Amino acid sequence: MPAVQETIDQVRLIDVDQYKYGFETSIEMDKAPKGLNEDIIRFISAKKDEPQWMLDWRLDAFERWKTQEEPDWARVDYPKIDFQDIYYYAAPKSTPGPTSLAEVDPELLRTYEKLGIPLREQEILAGVKKPGHEESEDGVLADSESQSANGGRRVAVDAVFDSVSVVTTFKKELAKAGVIFCSISEAIREYPDLVKKYLGSVVPQSDNYYATLNSAVFTDGSFVFVPKGVRCPMELSTYFRINEKNTGQFERTLIIAEEGAYVSYLEGCTAPQRDENQLHAAVVELVALDDAEIKYSTVQNWYPGDSQGKGGIYNFVTKRGDCRGDRSKISWTQVETGSAITWKYPSCILRGDDSRGEFYSIAVSNGYQQIDSGTKMLHLGKNTSSRIISKGIAAGFSQNTYRGQVSAHRKATNARNFTQCDSLLIGDQCGAHTVPYIEAKNATTQFEHEATTSKISDDQKFYVMQRGIPEEEAIALIVNGFVKDVIQELPMEFAVEAQKLIGISLEGSVG
Amino acid sequence: MLEIKNLHARIADEGTEIIRGLNLTVKAGEVAAIMGPNGSGKSTLSYILAGREDYEVTEGEILFNGESILEMDPAERAASGIFLAFQYPMEIPGVATMEFLKVAMNAQRKARGEEPLKIPELLKRVKEASGALNIDMAMLKRPLNVGFSGGEKKRAEILQMQLLEPKLCVLDETDSGLDIDALKIVSDGVNALRSPDRAVVVITHYQRLLEHIVPDSVHVLYKGRIIKSGDKSLAMNLEENGYAGIIGEAA
Repeated sequence: MPAVQETIDQVRLIDVDQYKYGFETSIEMDKAPKGLNEDIIRFISAKKDEPQWMLDWRLDAFERWKTQEEPDWARVDYPKIDFQDIYYYAAPKSTPGPTSLAEVDPELLRTYEKLGIPLREQEILAGVKKPGHEESEDGVLADSESQSANGGRRVAVDAVFDSVSVVTTFKKELAKAGVIFCSISEAIREYPDLVKKYLGSVVPQSDNYYATLNSAVFTDGSFVFVPKGVRCPMELSTYFRINEKNTGQFERTLIIAEEGAYVSYLEGCTAPQRDENQLHAAVVELVALDDAEIKYSTVQNWYPGDSQGKGGIYNFVTKRGDCRGDRSKISWTQVETGSAITWKYPSCILRGDDSRGEFYSIAVSNGYQQIDSGTKMLHLGKNTSSRIISKGIAAGFSQNTYRGQVSAHRKATNARNFTQCDSLLIGDQCGAHTVPYIEAKNATTQFEHEATTSKISDDQKFYVMQRGIPEEEAIALIVNGFVKDVIQELPMEFAVEAQKLIGISLEGSVG
Repeated sequence: MLEIKNLHARIADEGTEIIRGLNLTVKAGEVAAIMGPNGSGKSTLSYILAGREDYEVTEGEILFNGESILEMDPAERAASGIFLAFQYPMEIPGVATMEFLKVAMNAQRKARGEEPLKIPELLKRVKEASGALNIDMAMLKRPLNVGFSGGEKKRAEILQMQLLEPKLCVLDETDSGLDIDALKIVSDGVNALRSPDRAVVVITHYQRLLEHIVPDSVHVLYKGRIIKSGDKSLAMNLEENGYAGIIGEAA
């Protein structure tokens, strides 16, 4: 398994405190003053050249936010955030909407290159093949090898640096298929009717404290529209990068799949290593109409803080998908390895009859990380079904909580859910918790819930090591086996990345 | 090849001494059987050879090819050529047997400074070894030992042993839970590995296995010490008369 091998090699190369993406890009920034008030919101809106209705929407959200209170029900513990001590807008200078890669600051491109993100369309178009791939005759060993064979597959990328989208690739080709893929700022200017129709329709403007804050100050994010009957010809992907100090990132993503459309979208995140905590409060809304399918995958690798628990990203995210049409399907897959605090529950509203929601999650916590994550499956339509597979891995001094809600409305006859929550503990200073809420308001509902908590046993480790596999590699092998069900749900090229990431995140957990 | 000198070992947690002055020498090419009643320390001996941390060696020495292995961890011992076929092989969920074989073989190759095996070569070796053990490709796709029957687990152990080509094979009660057909397959697998530069230590309760894997020497382990050694006739004697006589003799 080369992935595991590489994991080990990479783990050896870096010390406990060395987060791979911890570098900082020195680039001239255009910033709004610190703090939050109406003027800042007006400033952001003006910077983005927004129409009046958008500004009004933001100001309205801000008014509501002032009356809301920060939620405290999650099993996470952190000092109170001073919302006046944050920059709400930071943009690389000289980027009033670059139209091609040539116009992008080369320093920025180098940053994304360091992150391993395929921005250079020409390379991708050339279909750069990865060497060393061998076909396995029986397919028994297909896993990791065939994944790297797809290195040449094309992915369209929207790169968001602090507060603005710096570049979106493959726009023209996507446009030919009728797919709109651009930054949300651009969408507000270019496609106001679509934005007006769908923005806030899944996650209402004042849904919760962080979502409301986001509605007021969101700076950028991606917009995807796949029209009726179109199967998006390539994977779409956004990379979020927080670079500036004390800067919050508030991105807003909106994805719409019309009748019979299909789209697969991937989000990746990193941030430099800093002693202070940084705030990330995103909102993601998905809308699937009749027979549409949206697959949304996340590899979240925000800086988790150092080995003493200092620094790291506070990740408070609201993600929700609306299966608005009959037979529609929304699938969330997430690999969470970063952030000091994670507060995140990608959910599905199963409104259409026969619609389906899926949630596959791997949440890895090490050091002093705290994760409170899970999903909600709200069954409203008839014959709706949902599936939840959650794998939590806790190491070090971390706390890892799965929190989930499955409910069936009175009219949601024959609703089905299957939930499986497995937790794996490494060491004896960490904690894993499962908090499921299940509610069925009609008698034809069938909900199943399975939960396990296990520890990597000394027996297992001894057995694997007895075959000549060194300790760190043995742990990585056992953990990768544990998360296999979920890894399989990720787009191929990210499955390998995710496996590596999990290994790196668990580094130093043995001992 | 293997020299155990005045070995004393106890359970690390609570200090109970299990091995009490054990001496044993096994030469290259030799098949040595270790027999003994329940609780005599047979499985403990196999764990200590493989480097399990739960046991602490308080006195004595274990030399493998003339060098002490006491400071080596289980993976290092395995890479140096010691293989333990477990009485109860562990389940590794989500890790296909084939995948596991690949990782293990390449880990040992890496420790020896060799290149990883190319996939076609790996498949060829696995197929050859599997055929004789009656293991099909479907079984190799399943997660290692998960849901395997007793016989499948033991066959998978022997498969690993054949592919890893150890210098010292330690078989811990490999016959337990096997029906007569499976016993035959497993024994043939072990016999195929017999060679002048390889030693085998067979730990067993019963003479039955030794009819298939004929030992060069037989040692009786009782209360953590070898109390009697002999040739294969000793095993037959034990089968007929039980341990009581020998234990009385030694006492």
